[in-house]
Amino acid sequence: MDLRDSPDERQFRAELRDWLATVLPTLPPKPHVTDWPGRREYDTAWQVQLYEAGYAGINWPKEYGGRGATPTEHLIFLEESERAGAPYVGVNFVGLLHAGPTLIAEASPQVQEAHLAAILRGDEVWCQGFSEPGAGSDLASLRTRAVRDGDDYVVSGQKIWTSHAEVADFCELLVRTDSDAPKHRGISWLILPIDSPGVEVRPLRTIYGSAEFSEVFLDEVRVPVANRVGAENDGWRVAMVTFSFERGTAFVSELLQSIELLESLVGIARSTGNGAHPWDDLGIRRELGHLAADLDALWSLTKRNVSQASRTGVPGVGGSVFKLHYSEVRHRLGDLALRILDRAGLSFDDLAGPGSGEQVHGWVHAMSISIAAGTSQIQRNILGERVLGLPRER
Amino acid sequence: MDFELSDDQEALQGAVRRLCAGVYPMDTVRSLEAQGGVERALWRRLADAGVFALRLPAAAGGVGLGSCEAVLVFEELGRALVPGPLLWTHLGAGVVDGAGSGDQVVGGVERRAQDRPLPLVVEHLAALDRLLVLDDTGVWEVDPTAVKGELVPHPLDPLTPLHTVDQLPPGTQLAGADTAASWRLDGTALAAALLLGLAEAVTDMAVAYAKERQQFERPIGSFQAVKHILADMLVRTEVARAAVYSAGVHLDDPGVGDVRRAVSTAKLMAGEAALVNGKACIQVHGGMGFTWEVDAHLYLKRARVLDTVFGSAQSQAEVMAALI
Repeated sequence: MDLRDSPDERQFRAELRDWLATVLPTLPPKPHVTDWPGRREYDTAWQVQLYEAGYAGINWPKEYGGRGATPTEHLIFLEESERAGAPYVGVNFVGLLHAGPTLIAEASPQVQEAHLAAILRGDEVWCQGFSEPGAGSDLASLRTRAVRDGDDYVVSGQKIWTSHAEVADFCELLVRTDSDAPKHRGISWLILPIDSPGVEVRPLRTIYGSAEFSEVFLDEVRVPVANRVGAENDGWRVAMVTFSFERGTAFVSELLQSIELLESLVGIARSTGNGAHPWDDLGIRRELGHLAADLDALWSLTKRNVSQASRTGVPGVGGSVFKLHYSEVRHRLGDLALRILDRAGLSFDDLAGPGSGEQVHGWVHAMSISIAAGTSQIQRNILGERVLGLPRER
Repeated sequence: MDFELSDDQEALQGAVRRLCAGVYPMDTVRSLEAQGGVERALWRRLADAGVFALRLPAAAGGVGLGSCEAVLVFEELGRALVPGPLLWTHLGAGVVDGAGSGDQVVGGVERRAQDRPLPLVVEHLAALDRLLVLDDTGVWEVDPTAVKGELVPHPLDPLTPLHTVDQLPPGTQLAGADTAASWRLDGTALAAALLLGLAEAVTDMAVAYAKERQQFERPIGSFQAVKHILADMLVRTEVARAAVYSAGVHLDDPGVGDVRRAVSTAKLMAGEAALVNGKACIQVHGGMGFTWEVDAHLYLKRARVLDTVFGSAQSQAEVMAALI
């Protein structure tokens, strides 16, 4: 057990820190969360800067234009970026973390050539067309159909919860190509150009009041067979490859943001309130301390997960363990923030000084963490069945 | 960075696990209730395996290992529910002759400035050769036979007998404030390691029972209502493990971060895991879990004892608040 950087890791961290200190002061202000075209421009411009400095596709293999960093270096990259206040991947999330790695593992050289460099340079933005109104936690029951017609598939159906679809160029799409096969076996993985005729993107207004994700309607959309990744009807396996790429680093930026959120909440607890500050309340102080311990423990767990991925080359089940506890911690952090803010917590605006609106936003955000990317209930089934070896229900 | 166990550490962990299974199987642990949890011959087996002299340098007759290894060893002692003043004998090995070799059974008590006036509650007093007192000024030794204690008739943990003590004799100083402060950190981390072992043991016990116990013509572990309790037990254990191992690394290499914060996090997370998992284990066992014959209660009761040493989860939360 060793938590120190190796000499190579130390050098990588130092170079990255220097670079971030040079470029971050020159960044323009970030467009508001409701301005997605503005966000696309901002996020892809940052991607170009990363590309030019050699930090794009940090964990992608070098032969595909990435940096070929180890999982630990990837962790360092995320840690230093977050601590320095660098932009997060934003709209480039699916391209860099899901679609790109999937293409590297599964696509033909022609498809790789068409997309990988463009993703790294910020020229292409991707979204994920996996979930459907009737297929969320039970993803394999998806119904969007693709029927072969010559060199095309003709695709009809509906996707939902598609983040950034309004500003995306391509969608990684799961479709049913054999409705008679067992449900996991009749699925294919396609690349859908989002401007194809018959694609309609309708933004959904979220619980925040803003539009972050969309419904995508597909009405006899023609997708070339050449856009299929992996064999026909083998898309479920390809999708599992997509999920496996995160290797324990998926929540690093989230976790570090939570640590900052907690520190900011401590500042609010010490300065706000009528008369006595919330910080003077022993119960509140203890819960703040307790949450600090939870977040520190989650940071240690992240390091164990990354170490395990480095040793074995595959992520373990640490992701489910992390997500379950992290979701709970974020709910507790949000609840405590609202307890501290009292009536100043009735708005996303900063009624209790700088950062108070962000706490309210965080309270709402917690509700998505325990639902997205596998609900807490699904994660418990995964751990119960795959790790503890308990029998399936039914 | 490599936060997985090394091959040597894995081998050590396996060896201690086998030692505990051989020397302290559950029947033996239970049989120690009559003599207050300490049996000299078994104690010496722990000493021979290096449990108490683990972190002493080889020149002083020790094994020369670090806190990372100590944490792994204490995790296994917790898993096996080994009774007795393990923490204090280990801490005392550097200053009390015969502690490391198992010739002397060393107990201890913390005397905290914020404590209400006496009585102190002292564990295992009747079994001790030496009694250490830890306070902010240093480590003191008191002759246990000179301590006037009242045996507590109904201790919560049957394997941790207690005495109440109204007044401690002055004693002699063995070490100063610096040693006392470092013992507090070591003791907190090792108590956390014992609690981690308890949290794992009750998870394993509950999972095994849920696979075997049939209700409604199915193993109860197939029902989500039960499965989710067990998954949560696993999550608490793994989060606690990360925190406890991190505390071990911080003690060996203070340059990696704030040691106080790391050990407080470990104690808080492991204490919570052991206590909540202990209750969950009883719940999964249903009515049988409420009986004396099923082991579940023994783990929960030990978790309660260990939560009160070197700072409860509650007091660790206050320490953390002061460090944010």
